[in-house]
Amino acid sequence: MDLASYVLRRLVQMVPVALGVTLLVFFMIHLVPGDPARTILGVHASPQRIALLHKEWGLDHPLWVQYKDFMDRLVIHGNLSDSLIYHESARALIIDRLPPTLWLLGYAAVLSVVIAVPLAALAASKRDALRDQTVRVVPLVGLGFPAFWTAIMLLLLVALHSGGFFPVGGYGSGLPGHLRAMFLPGLTVALGIAPILIRSLRASLLNVLESDYVVTARSKGISERRVLVRHALRNGIISMVTVLGVNIGFLVGGTLVVEQVFAIPGIGLLMINAIFQRDFPVVQGITLAFAIMVVLVYLTTDVLHALLDPRVRFD
Amino acid sequence: MAAVTAPLAADPLTIPRARGFRHRWYRTPSFVAGLVIVGLMVGLAIAAPVVAPYNPDHQDLEHILAGSSAHHWLGTDELGRDEWSRMLYAARVDLRVGFLAVLFPFILGTTLGCVAGYYARFADTLIMRLVDVVVAFPFTVLIIAMVFVLGPGTRSIYIAITLVGWVSYARIIRGEILVQKRQEYVLAARGAGLGDRRIIIRHLLPNVITQAIVFSMSDIVLDILAIVTLGYLGLGIQPPTPDWGAMIADGQQFLTTKWELSTFPGIAIVITGLGLSLLGDGLADLLRAE
Repeated sequence: MDLASYVLRRLVQMVPVALGVTLLVFFMIHLVPGDPARTILGVHASPQRIALLHKEWGLDHPLWVQYKDFMDRLVIHGNLSDSLIYHESARALIIDRLPPTLWLLGYAAVLSVVIAVPLAALAASKRDALRDQTVRVVPLVGLGFPAFWTAIMLLLLVALHSGGFFPVGGYGSGLPGHLRAMFLPGLTVALGIAPILIRSLRASLLNVLESDYVVTARSKGISERRVLVRHALRNGIISMVTVLGVNIGFLVGGTLVVEQVFAIPGIGLLMINAIFQRDFPVVQGITLAFAIMVVLVYLTTDVLHALLDPRVRFD
Repeated sequence: MAAVTAPLAADPLTIPRARGFRHRWYRTPSFVAGLVIVGLMVGLAIAAPVVAPYNPDHQDLEHILAGSSAHHWLGTDELGRDEWSRMLYAARVDLRVGFLAVLFPFILGTTLGCVAGYYARFADTLIMRLVDVVVAFPFTVLIIAMVFVLGPGTRSIYIAITLVGWVSYARIIRGEILVQKRQEYVLAARGAGLGDRRIIIRHLLPNVITQAIVFSMSDIVLDILAIVTLGYLGLGIQPPTPDWGAMIADGQQFLTTKWELSTFPGIAIVITGLGLSLLGDGLADLLRAE
């Protein structure tokens, strides 16, 4: 199968998932206990305001009509509804706040690779040696760290003693500013996902190191270091891309609370604020935006994997 | 050449022959270490009313934000409540909710995984597409959104974790069943005229459930993290009931003057997570050998 038809097939496979995602987000409002309009607007809302919201959201219509309207708004206008607080479309709010979140995600992904690759290579270079045993403890301890607590500890131990080099909050301005301000938040998210990466990269490296082509390389007298870096790691990176892609949900979930701790004006913080303002359309929109991000990353990962490793396409 | 043969030395064949779970669990270091840590945490949580020096809501107004002393081992918070006592009572709540929350997705996911794997065709397609949809949402984001929709509190936490968490169990069980159902013992059972339900429950389930049990250990860690994250955001266990996440959030505003308030509850979470991870790892080793 050539790459184009592989991508096409993956795109077609994505259609039911995308439909399911919209259905789930659509049904969110119907999970609200009692009358959603009343619950969302609060006990002090006037009957007129409640009636208005009913009309606006079409809550009196049959479910399928509501879903059709929902999809019309989404597909034609790219918007779910207007924010109840800001009187602006939820889409505009989300797009406005997207850059810091994407920055944080990208930064965290890079940092996690920087942390995980050397450690995994160190561990895999000699199975069951002391260095391997030590590195294997990392995931056991690391997986139990709550992201928000890691963030607070980095604030306490690094930011407060850095003499202002690492700010305690904000997004920074300009590229150097972003790089500095987002370092600790990025590191927090990276530390959250690194244990998973280390575990799977170590396993795949060990697998590769025992494969025939590596044995051949060694028998040709190539140094152990070169075998590891030039031969094994290259193949190991392929699985790394996949693991990073598969765990993007975990990565994205981590950014949400980290944005809250470091006061980064991304969509995670927007979501948390919207929750406390009971701004339902914005919460709904961000949930959908996060899902779209994850689905797109899954697709990109698959395509990247197929590019790096042609065997995948023939599965 | 030594480098080539070294990894082979650790071949499974050289591992001493399995002698059954009961005879080997105490010789698996990670399992024992995990058991000790989790046992200690659960023991402290259960014994909180006896071990804790104060009632978690008791306010010592003369010692607000006090440092550690003989009276208050870990000091007091901004309302003069004893930090150590609150941590113990928080363990009661967080561990109970964490352990219970894993049960519902376990049961739901296992059931759906059995149906998908055994019956295949339509049921499989439907269930696995549903899995794809849930997996498209980041775990934390979907849990937070669900709890927001359902309203804060423990009941919402259970519902949200069940609705989101079942997918992993369904995937694991389905995968195992797909392999097992082609085995001879299943074909024989079917040939003997046993009903589907009996084959699934009596023959397949005991063979596939172990993977799900091993996974559930790390799933409890994820659930506890979700619970304390919700607590940190103010959406989880509601005050005045103590919760590690809410304690960290409360202490955050006093970070520069009284770092202990946010630090110790976090350490408790990390230790609990480590214990459960070790237990899961040890369990995996034991069951694999079996």
